[in-house]
Amino acid sequence: MSMAAPTASSARERRVLVLGYGNPGRQDDGLGPAAIAEIESMGLPNVTAFDNYQLNIEDAMDVAAHDIVWFIDAARIGASPYSVRAVSPSPGIEFTSHIVRPEAILAIARQCYDAAPQAFLLAIRGYEFEFIEALTPAAKDNLDAALVMLAERMRAMQAEAAPMEAL
Amino acid sequence: MTDVQIDRPTRKIVIDPVTRVEGHGKVTIRLNEAGEVEQARFHIVEFRGFERFIQGRMYWEVPVIVQRLCGICPVSHHLGAAKAMDVIAGVDKLTPTAEKIRRLMHYGQVLQSNAVNFFHLASPDLLLGFEAPVAQRNIVGVIGAFPEVGKWAIFIRKFGQQVIAATGGRRIHPRLCVPGGVNQNLPVEQRDALRKDVDQIIEWCGEALEMHKSFICSHEKLHETFASFPSSYMSIVGADGGMDLYDGTLRAVDADGTPIFEGVRPADYRDYLIEEVRSWSYMKFPHIRSLGREDGWYRVGPLAQLNCCALIGTPLAEAARKDFMAQGRGGLVHATLAYHWARLICMIHCAETVRDLLFDDDLQGTDLVVTGERRPEGVAIIEAPRGTLLHHYEVDDHGQVTRANLIVSTTNNNEAMNRSVKKVAVDYLTGHEITEGLLNHIEVAIRAYDPCLSCATHALGDMPLIVTLEDADGAVIATRVKQ
Repeated sequence: MSMAAPTASSARERRVLVLGYGNPGRQDDGLGPAAIAEIESMGLPNVTAFDNYQLNIEDAMDVAAHDIVWFIDAARIGASPYSVRAVSPSPGIEFTSHIVRPEAILAIARQCYDAAPQAFLLAIRGYEFEFIEALTPAAKDNLDAALVMLAERMRAMQAEAAPMEAL
Repeated sequence: MTDVQIDRPTRKIVIDPVTRVEGHGKVTIRLNEAGEVEQARFHIVEFRGFERFIQGRMYWEVPVIVQRLCGICPVSHHLGAAKAMDVIAGVDKLTPTAEKIRRLMHYGQVLQSNAVNFFHLASPDLLLGFEAPVAQRNIVGVIGAFPEVGKWAIFIRKFGQQVIAATGGRRIHPRLCVPGGVNQNLPVEQRDALRKDVDQIIEWCGEALEMHKSFICSHEKLHETFASFPSSYMSIVGADGGMDLYDGTLRAVDADGTPIFEGVRPADYRDYLIEEVRSWSYMKFPHIRSLGREDGWYRVGPLAQLNCCALIGTPLAEAARKDFMAQGRGGLVHATLAYHWARLICMIHCAETVRDLLFDDDLQGTDLVVTGERRPEGVAIIEAPRGTLLHHYEVDDHGQVTRANLIVSTTNNNEAMNRSVKKVAVDYLTGHEITEGLLNHIEVAIRAYDPCLSCATHALGDMPLIVTLEDADGAVIATRVKQ
C-alpha cells in the first residue's frame, strides 16, 4: 500500500466524480443515492458515480483522483428544487463519526494528495424523512430537475474543458 | 463556525419532531440554587419508529432491511439480525464456512469503524491536545503534524471496507447473510488480495497504539480523570471468557470487577436487563434489573469489552490487553479516555483475527446454509464497534415479524454519557458562561463513546451540538451552538 498521489489527467479529459449520499430507507434522505442510480444509467463520458450512506474519510482518495467533484445530498431546508454551491477544503471536527462534511473530505484530499479538484454541493430539497423506502413525489420532481441541470453542466464542461462556476 | 446566544431567560429547549429528523445532539446543564452543576443530560436522538417499520416484514428480509438503521454500522445490524433469524429458522449452529465468513465480515467492520473513530474523531484531541486551536484540531491538523496518521486512517479504514466487500459482495448494503447461513464463501482471489495487505494493517494498528500511549504518558492525570468515574460494564464474552465480538454470552461486572451476572444467553436478556423510558428523551435507559434504576446503569463498548473479558485470543492484542489492564492496578480501568486505548487494542485484535481467518480453508467451503424447524422468536447479541447490540424479533406462523426490539450500543451508554458530560461540567464550568473551552471538553467526552445518531444526513440542516445552561427553575441562562 502506498499513499502515492492519484493519477493526474489532462485538461481535455477532465474526470468527474459524483458522490451521492443519504439513507434510502429514510424517504427523501435517499435523494443522493437515487441521483447516482440515474447518473449511472446516463452513460456520461469520464463520469464516475458512487453512492453511500454518508461521506467517509477514504472518499478523499477518490476525490483526489478527479478534476471535478459533485457532492449530492438531500436538503431538509432551503431552495426548491435544488441549490448548488461551490465547496472549498475546510477541515473540521465533530462530536460523532456519523458526520463527515464535503469540506472535510476536500481538506483531507488536499493534505494527503496535494489535490484540489473543483467541487460543488448539489443540495436537492426533500420533504419527508420517515422510515419509508421511497422518495416523495415532490422530491422526485426536484431530483428530475436537478439531474437535467447536472447532466447539462457535465456535458458542457466536457465540451469546453473550462472551469465551472457556482450556479 | 460557532454561534453564541446568551441571556434568553424565557426560552426553554424541548425536543421536537423536527429535531428528530435533523438528528443533532443537545446537552442541557442544569444548576442548583447554589449555582452548582446539578444535572447534565445529553439528549441524543434515536428513532424508535424503526421497530415499527420492521413489523409485517418477512423474517428473511430483515437482515437486509436493518442495514438502513445506520450508515456507519450497517454490517453490525445485518449480522445482529441474521443471528436472530438463525434462531427463528431453527438453526443453533452454522456450518464452519458460514460462521467464519460472518466473523470475517464482522471483524473487518469493527476494524474500519474503530479506525474512523480513533483517527478521524479522537486523534485531533489526543495528539494535538484539547487546547489546540479549533482551526488546527482536526484530522488535517493531525496529518500535518503526524503524516503517517493520514496513511493509517485511510488505509486501515479502506482495508476493513475491502473485507466487507469481499465477504458481502459489495461494500455498501452487503447481502451476505440468510437465516441459517450465508449465500457465498470467500473467493480465492479476494482472499489472496486481502492476505497481501493484512500484515501491514496489523503493523500500523500497533504503531497507532504506541503513538497513543505516548500521549497517555505525557498526560497521565488528564487521561485518568477526564470525564471519568467508576462504573459497571457489560459485553458478550466467549465460552472461555475471552473477547469475542461476534458471539457469546453476556457478562456484566461491577466497578470492582465482581461479576454481576455471566453466562447469560441472549434469549434470557430480559431476566437481567430492563429498559426504562424517560419523558425528556426519545432514548430508552436500559439497566441491570437486579440493581435497579439508580445503580443498574453500565457502560458498553471497547472499554467494557476489555474490562469484561478474561483474555484476548490473539497474541499482539493479548499483550496489549495486559499492558492496558495494568493501569487499573489490579482492578478495572475506568478512565473515559481509555475508550480510545481500548479501541486501538480491539483494532489489533480484529486485524489479527482477520489474518487468522484469511488462512483458514473453511472460508472456501461450499456448505453454506443449515435449515431447521421454525420458531416464533429469536434474540441475538453482537459486539458492534460501539458496544453491545441486541436484536429481538417475534414472528407469526406466516413468518411475518410481529414485534421487534433493538437495544443499540448508544442506548446502552445513555446514562454513562450523561455522567461524563456532568463530570466535565462540574470540572470545567465557571460562572454562567458556556465557553469555547467548555464546549470543546464536552465534545471530547462525547467522542469517547462516539454516539450513533442513526442515519439521516443533510446538506442543509446540519447536525450541530447545542449546549444549554439552565438555572434551578429551568430558565435558560446561556446557549452555545457548534455548527
